[in-house]
Amino acid sequence: MIEIGHFALVLAFALALVQSVVPLVGARRNDVRMMGVAAPAAITGFALTALAFVALLSAFAQSDFSVVNVWENSHSLKPMLFKITGAWGSHEGSMLLWVLILTFFGALVAAFGGNLPDTLKANVLAVQGFIGATFFLFILTTSNPFARIDPAPIEGRDLNPILQDIGLAVHPPMLYLGYVGFSVCFSFAVAALIEGRIDAAWARWVRPWTLAAWMFLTGGIAMGSYWAYYELGWGGFWFWDPVENASFMPWLAGTALLHSAVVMEKRSALKIWTLLLAILTFSLSLLGTFLVRSGVLTSVHAFATDPSRGVFILGILTLFIGGSLLLFALRAHSLTAGGLFHPISREGALVLNNLFLTTAAATVLIGTLYPLLMEAIAGSKISVGAPFFDMTFIPLVIPLLFAVPFGPLLAWKRGDLYGAAQRLAFAFGGALVVALLVLMMRERGSAFAAAGIGLAAWMMLGALTDLFVKAGIPRVSASTGLRRLTGLPRSMFGTALAHFGIGMTVLGIVSVAAFGTESIATMKKGDTLDVGGRHLRFDGLRPQTGPNFTAQTGTFVLDDGSTVESSKRFYPVRQMPTTEAGIKTLIFSQIYVQLGDETPDGGIVVHAWWKPLVTLIWLGGLVMMAGAAVSLSDRRLRVGAPSARRARSAATGSAGA
Amino acid sequence: MRRFLALMLMLAALAAPAFAVQPDEVLKDPVLEARARNLSAGLRCMVCQNQSIDDSNADLARDLRILVRERLTAGDSDQQVIDYVVARYGEFVLLQPRFSWRNAILWATPAVLLLAGIAYALTRARSDMRRAPEKLTSEEEARLDEILGKGQN
Repeated sequence: MIEIGHFALVLAFALALVQSVVPLVGARRNDVRMMGVAAPAAITGFALTALAFVALLSAFAQSDFSVVNVWENSHSLKPMLFKITGAWGSHEGSMLLWVLILTFFGALVAAFGGNLPDTLKANVLAVQGFIGATFFLFILTTSNPFARIDPAPIEGRDLNPILQDIGLAVHPPMLYLGYVGFSVCFSFAVAALIEGRIDAAWARWVRPWTLAAWMFLTGGIAMGSYWAYYELGWGGFWFWDPVENASFMPWLAGTALLHSAVVMEKRSALKIWTLLLAILTFSLSLLGTFLVRSGVLTSVHAFATDPSRGVFILGILTLFIGGSLLLFALRAHSLTAGGLFHPISREGALVLNNLFLTTAAATVLIGTLYPLLMEAIAGSKISVGAPFFDMTFIPLVIPLLFAVPFGPLLAWKRGDLYGAAQRLAFAFGGALVVALLVLMMRERGSAFAAAGIGLAAWMMLGALTDLFVKAGIPRVSASTGLRRLTGLPRSMFGTALAHFGIGMTVLGIVSVAAFGTESIATMKKGDTLDVGGRHLRFDGLRPQTGPNFTAQTGTFVLDDGSTVESSKRFYPVRQMPTTEAGIKTLIFSQIYVQLGDETPDGGIVVHAWWKPLVTLIWLGGLVMMAGAAVSLSDRRLRVGAPSARRARSAATGSAGA
Repeated sequence: MRRFLALMLMLAALAAPAFAVQPDEVLKDPVLEARARNLSAGLRCMVCQNQSIDDSNADLARDLRILVRERLTAGDSDQQVIDYVVARYGEFVLLQPRFSWRNAILWATPAVLLLAGIAYALTRARSDMRRAPEKLTSEEEARLDEILGKGQN
């Protein structure tokens, strides 16, 4: 089975080469048969990659330790779920997952791109095939997951215990669906440049892909953040770690792309910019892959001592980013500029959105790369950590978030800012009241908390206002309003949901930062610790045994008699300890308990946090995802090239993102 | 996938799965302790991957936390503590790089980009507006109002 997988991967590589050349030539010669190669090649390529992936999965499921990758990352005692997820827990396996998802998207374009013009489809799939070919080559030459070991060891070395968690089952696949999903937008952009033409229909095809990729990336980042929160055990949810930034940059650029694609579709303006954004977004995904996969993050010197993988990915990076930007520079001027608009208009608002989001992405980029550049060029080591990002990123997003509710209320072409402000008066008043209430709180009410929570309330109320205004509420009767509300295009609900979700996330972040508390104490059985006004009684430690670990579990009793368990595990194979935080969710807030070292006198150090409204941070992410899903289900988006009548009715509607 | 690499690297640096600040380190004076926590959050644990000494439980981080608290109890100002630590460990220890000419590109990029972007967008908008068709004359406006039936309801 393993050799079949290896063989399938080699075949997929060969097929990807065919897919990247034949349709491209066919599109230039206008040869329908050559162009027709693209779709079957893409679908077969996906099937072959899936076969390779299944081969690896089965090796993990069967604990076949004659495969190096399985031996290094699995153990026969591991629960079955973690055996399977372990398949993408290593570098090799995760790269295989990467190409699996890449070919999956290629196959989707091939299968559902029936309404695309022949040459565009051929070019898109050719570019997609070319990306695939380089990564197949990378896997086959530097990161082969199917390498054998002889003689086969009797037992595996186990997976890193931190990764033996349900998070590994969800986070990487979702993140990759997002990351790699942007490859489709990239391929569309490059195909448009090759063809030298781009129109509103192009944006219409690209938008659903952007939306889908953005949805998965949002979910992947939110899931990863929650995973780090409960697994790392110091209660943080975002660390501005380069690895996190690697996924956050494409998200920021992708969010900008999502919005500029709307302008392009509705008003055929910002064409060149949208194209550039599509290229940049996927370039940032590739850069993220390079940063994480090359080992350059640990140290520039570590990268220099074993550069084989790093140099290969750097080559891929240079090829695609450099190549696409060169193509852009050569061809962009031939694209015609689109519709005019006044600065105060929906388009203007979306341009503002793009300005801030791309600047934010650039800020994260420079903060992530600067230490590497300094080390490589000047040879001096500096750190760029959370304080830098807090000081630069947050001031950038505050005006953006404040402006969000205005955007959907402005008309296309020329908007009425005063009118929009009037409509938002209720939301603004509500947010002001909330902010004042926070300010007047007896304890810990601060200007920061008031402003932050006021901003969150403003975004959430603003999103609701948007829907109500569009339904004509309260000008029309309740029943008419309700009927109109349910009759609104789904993409409008999508916009409102996504904007509401950001408000939720902001509310969660500000609440934790402003009102979260933290207690540290050495506790013995029967001792009580005060956590954010609640009492935690320690009920003693007891030993536990898991399938491949041993644990010490502490039980804590809350005021209402419910219990929280927090444990420390030890995985003997890797000789690694982990902690399992005890988390008690109270509506949206959480109590987070972490065990420390035992003291010689029989006590144990306990660290407990009160995290008010903390779950909103991730629930907001889920709501954003839901917004994208609702928007994707909008029929007008699904129809690739609508009939003239439908196009007209779509143009008169004023859907948002 | 990206995150767990960080997890691995972070964990590799940890001696034991405890958390950072230990009860015996906490200063009696809450004001001083708050200052110590604040300073610790901005100082890098030198042997960890992108972790502050406040978050890390590596021995070196603990030593540094105790050092910060000693300096504070001795009466140093926040800046004096930072200068002291930087003098010993170099600028690498600061999670927030200094505002210096060396770091000018880092600190200036966000503002410069944003202002340049706004300036560009505004110039474009202005030139676009100049290309825009003339406004309607008052006669045309009146005629338009008539067609739209304004002023009759």
